[in-house]
Amino acid sequence: MSDRRTIIAQRVALDLESGAYVNLGIGIPTLVANYIADDRDIIFHTENGILGFVGLTPDDDQVDADLIDAGKQPVRLRSGGSFFDHGLSFAMIRGGHIDVAVLGAFQVSAAGALASWADDPDAMMNAVGGAMDLAVGAKQVFVAMTHTSAGRRKLVDQCSLPLTAPSGVSRVYTELGVFEPVGTGFRALSLTPGVSEATVIEETGARVFFDRMEAPVR
Amino acid sequence: MSVDKRRADLKDAVGQVSDGSTVLIGGFGDAGFPFGLLEGLEATQATELTLVANNAGQSSAAVLRMIQDHRIRKVICTYPRRDEPVLARAVAEQTIELEVVPQGTLAERIRAAGAGIPAFFLATAAGTALGDGKETRDFDGRQHILETALNADLALIKAHRADPWGNLTYHGAARNYNPVMATAAAVAVAEVDEVVELGSLDPETVVTPGIFIDRLIELDSSELRPPLRSPRAAA
Repeated sequence: MSDRRTIIAQRVALDLESGAYVNLGIGIPTLVANYIADDRDIIFHTENGILGFVGLTPDDDQVDADLIDAGKQPVRLRSGGSFFDHGLSFAMIRGGHIDVAVLGAFQVSAAGALASWADDPDAMMNAVGGAMDLAVGAKQVFVAMTHTSAGRRKLVDQCSLPLTAPSGVSRVYTELGVFEPVGTGFRALSLTPGVSEATVIEETGARVFFDRMEAPVR
Repeated sequence: MSVDKRRADLKDAVGQVSDGSTVLIGGFGDAGFPFGLLEGLEATQATELTLVANNAGQSSAAVLRMIQDHRIRKVICTYPRRDEPVLARAVAEQTIELEVVPQGTLAERIRAAGAGIPAFFLATAAGTALGDGKETRDFDGRQHILETALNADLALIKAHRADPWGNLTYHGAARNYNPVMATAAAVAVAEVDEVVELGSLDPETVVTPGIFIDRLIELDSSELRPPLRSPRAAA
């Protein structure tokens, strides 16, 4: 299952529409940029002040240490890209101008609560970054995470970890499928080919509804 | 007071810093971080300082030395780095107070301070541990929390070019917190790559007008800056 992350990133990429302004969080969300089809023009936002960038690969020789994304990785500006300060960057986020935020998470609840910033509530060095701002401000919040971690279920009735936001998650993308928090549980929107409903039920810590499944994707 | 903000050495640029001062430090990661001015702050011997910075200033050897020398009372930041042990140890030993603030809230508290807005409501962190104990109010059926302006005694910022009046331009994502921090402190000091002649900055491209800047210094602090990590492997 070493490519769980790839399956998740590829599936999120399918749901990003051309013309969307999208913020990708650190971790699996960052991988989404690698799978955007050529016919889609997605404009990526990073909270440290860039709209319209692409990640660099080790082959790129034009590294500018002042062009980095939120994960402090080097990026390159696209034609049409722009720079701005932190105040304006978070006006874009809180002001509802970002179409989709793709965030990693430790837990998502049936009510759409997000726990993504403090994996150990007793740790003194938990780092919140921009996750709370994105969770309340983006028009849609997509969570991209593995369905379980070390056997622990991450789609749950109630989050046990500190919340990033008490509601607001639109969809959860895991290696098993795509799920929507509906209050009383999660509605499965589609399952990854080869994944059974029984597996999903076993690995989900809340009720799962399969009444409105889309056709399998690819 | 002179409209020429240029200073020739770090000591004059940073100036007198009182014990107990709150100091805003620009930068996100290492981009736009005033590495040279932090050496100057260390040289002041000021103590009981509160530092405000996105990543807790942990990239700077001068900041780490000030933490180890117990000159920092408190750090207000959004993303303390766990992979750097000096701050973690000071927090664990409770010799330093750590306040973690959502990134946009940190930026807006600073912006509000510079704009004369003492407090404001926002939805970020409502219903979370970081909103606990704060005044709440519903707007349009949604819960918001009251946040207050973060005023400071000193702002240490990094820009790309300056003219002698302190008009500033920036480079790429090294802009980040610097323009808002420039507005929010009693004294704002800019470290710049290059000072150009008055009149040679295109006024249309000035991001920080000189009114916000008290002193500036041209410095090459590249030797103080850690090398950039190599790009991630292609997927």
